[in-house]
Amino acid sequence: MLNWLRRPKHGRISRRDMPAGLWVKCSRCGAAVYHKELERNLKVCPKCGWHHRLGAEERLSITLDEHSFEEMDADLASGDPLRFDGYSEKLSEARTNTGNADAAIVGIGSIEGRRAAVGALDFAFMGGSMGSVVGEKIARVAERALADRLPLVIFSASGGARMQEGALSLMQLAKTSAAVGRLHEAHLPYVSVMCDPTTGGVTASFAFLGDVIIAEPGALIGFAGRRVIEQTIRRKLPASFQTAEFCLEHGLIDMVVPRPELRGVLARLLRFFGAPQVEASTAAAPAVAAPQPTPGEPGGPEVPRP
Amino acid sequence: MTRALPERDRAAEARAAEMEAQIAGIQREIDALRRRGEKDRPEVAGQIRALEARGEELREAMLAFRTAWQAVAMARHPQRPKAQEFVRALLDEFTELHGDRLFRDDPAMLAGLGWFEGQPVVAVAPCKGRDTCENIACNFGMPYPEGYRKALRAMRLAEKFGCPVLSIVDTPAAFPGDAAEERGQAEAIARNIEEMTRLRVPVLVVITGEGGSGGALAIAVGDEVLMLEHAVYTVIPPEGCAAILWHDAGRAREAASALRLTAQEIAALGVVDEILPEPRGGAHLEPQAAIAAVREALRPRMQALACLPVEELLRRRYAKYRAMGYYEEQS
Repeated sequence: MLNWLRRPKHGRISRRDMPAGLWVKCSRCGAAVYHKELERNLKVCPKCGWHHRLGAEERLSITLDEHSFEEMDADLASGDPLRFDGYSEKLSEARTNTGNADAAIVGIGSIEGRRAAVGALDFAFMGGSMGSVVGEKIARVAERALADRLPLVIFSASGGARMQEGALSLMQLAKTSAAVGRLHEAHLPYVSVMCDPTTGGVTASFAFLGDVIIAEPGALIGFAGRRVIEQTIRRKLPASFQTAEFCLEHGLIDMVVPRPELRGVLARLLRFFGAPQVEASTAAAPAVAAPQPTPGEPGGPEVPRP
Repeated sequence: MTRALPERDRAAEARAAEMEAQIAGIQREIDALRRRGEKDRPEVAGQIRALEARGEELREAMLAFRTAWQAVAMARHPQRPKAQEFVRALLDEFTELHGDRLFRDDPAMLAGLGWFEGQPVVAVAPCKGRDTCENIACNFGMPYPEGYRKALRAMRLAEKFGCPVLSIVDTPAAFPGDAAEERGQAEAIARNIEEMTRLRVPVLVVITGEGGSGGALAIAVGDEVLMLEHAVYTVIPPEGCAAILWHDAGRAREAASALRLTAQEIAALGVVDEILPEPRGGAHLEPQAAIAAVREALRPRMQALACLPVEELLRRRYAKYRAMGYYEEQS
C-alpha cells in the first residue's frame, strides 16, 4: 500500500524569498501564491492558470478514489546494463530525492468507483525517462489490465527514452507498444493523459497509442526537441509550438482538459467504456478534496506559454 | 531478461584515439610534401610512399582497437551500399509503391513489392543519397510521418496478401522538423511500432548502416533482426547524447563509446538476433559481396519463419520484445 502522504513532496515551485513556506512564487507568472491555496488548487496557479508539474504520487492521489490504489511492482529497480559513466550515481540521487525506485508508479485503482489499471510517470525522477524499469512496469500494468479486463489509464510526463540504457531503452518503445497493442486487440480501452512534458520516445510509443488522448493545458508535447528542430530548419519556432493546444489544433490529440476537470472526464470515459464498478461502500471521494473553481473564470483559466 | 555488458576497454579506446591522431598527422605530412610541388623528385616520392605505407599499417592496427566512433563513421560512410540498393538487388521484379494516401509521397522512404528467391515479399527501406544532390532529394534518409505511414501501408498490404515483410534499415533519425511534428511524427512512429509487433506475417529486418533511434525502430520490429558487422544502433545520435549530457556536441566520440552502439555490443544486449560479417574493410569496398551475404542470411530464415503458424509467430515476437530490458527485482 502507499505511503505517499508521508513522503517528502517534490513540487517544482520556488520558495525563494518566501517566509517559512507559507507563500510560494509561481515560476510562470511570478505571482506570490499562498501555499495552501496552490495545493488546494491542485498546483494550478490561481493567478495565471499554469499547471505546475506533479509527482507520480501526487498525480495518483488527486485522480484516484481515496484508499483505492494497490501499487504493483514497487520493488523493480534499474541496473546499469551499459556501465554508463555516472548512471549509478544519478539513479541513487533520484531515488533519494523522490523516495521511489524509478520513474513510474503503476497499479490498480478506481476513479469515481470505476476500476482501472493506472500508471503515472514521475518527471522528478531523471526527467521521467523510460529505461528498462519504466518499460517493464508499463508492460506489466497493461498485461494486468488484459488479465483482469480493465481499462488502462496512463499519465505521461517524460523527456523520452533513458539514454544511459542505450538501445535497451529504445527497445522499451517496442515492449510497451506491444503490450498496449494486446489491449487494442482485446478491445480494452486505453486512455493516455499527456502531462508537461511528454516528449521523445514516450510519445513515439505508448503515449500516442491511446484510444483517447488527453493533454493538460500548456503541456509540452512533441517528438524532437525544439532546439534540434530550430537548428535543422534554421528558423525560430513560435512559443505555441509543441504545446497541448498545438497538438489539439493539428488533430493529434482528442482534448485539452484543465486539471480540476480531469478526474470527472476520466470517470465519464471509464463509464462509457464500461469499466467495472467497485462495491458501493468503497467508492469514495478522491484522496484530495476537489478544488474551488477559480472565481470569474468559468471555462477554466487561460494558460500562456513562455 | 538482458545481461549487462562488461566494462568498457578504456585502454583500447585511448590507444585507438592515439593511432587515429597519428594517422591524421601522417596525412598532413603527405599533403604538405605534395603541396611543395616536388612530388616528382624521386626522394620526395619515396618519402610519400613510406608515409603512406606507415599510415596503412596504422589503419590495420587500429581495426584491432576499433572504437565506437569508427563504427559510426563506417555506418555513415558515403560509399556504403544504400538500403534501397539492397532492396533493388535482393528482389526480382521490384515494383515501387508510392504515397501514404493521406498527405504525400515521402522520397525518404522506399516501399514496394518483389520476389525474393521465388517468394513474394513486401519491402521497405529509408533512402539515402550518394551525393549532396541526391541526399537533398531524399532528405538525407530522414523520413517524415508520411514516410512511416507509407511503410505501414505497404506492411498492411503484406499482411492482407500473406507475404513476409523485408525491412532494410539505414537512417540517421526521423526528420526533426516543424512540419513533421505538426503531422504527428511521434504518432506515426508509435503506430508503426505497435502494428509491427502484431503484424500477422513474418517480418525480417536487416540493419545495414545507421539504426537511428525511434526513426529506425519504426521499421525495425521483427521476428528476425539482423545487423551488418559495421552498422550501429542507438537510442540517440552520439552528438545529441553529448550535447545533452555534457552540453558539448564535440564530445560525440565519448558518447558513441558510452552508448554501446556497435553491432557486437548490440548483439550482446540481445537487441538484435545475429551479426552478419561484411567484406574485409567494410561493405563499401565490395557492395556485391555484402548484398550476397545478406541474401544468404535471409534465405533460410525466411523459409523457417514461413513454416511457423501465425499464432506461434506472434507469440514468439511478443515474448522476444517483452524480455528486453535489464532491472533488479526483489522478492
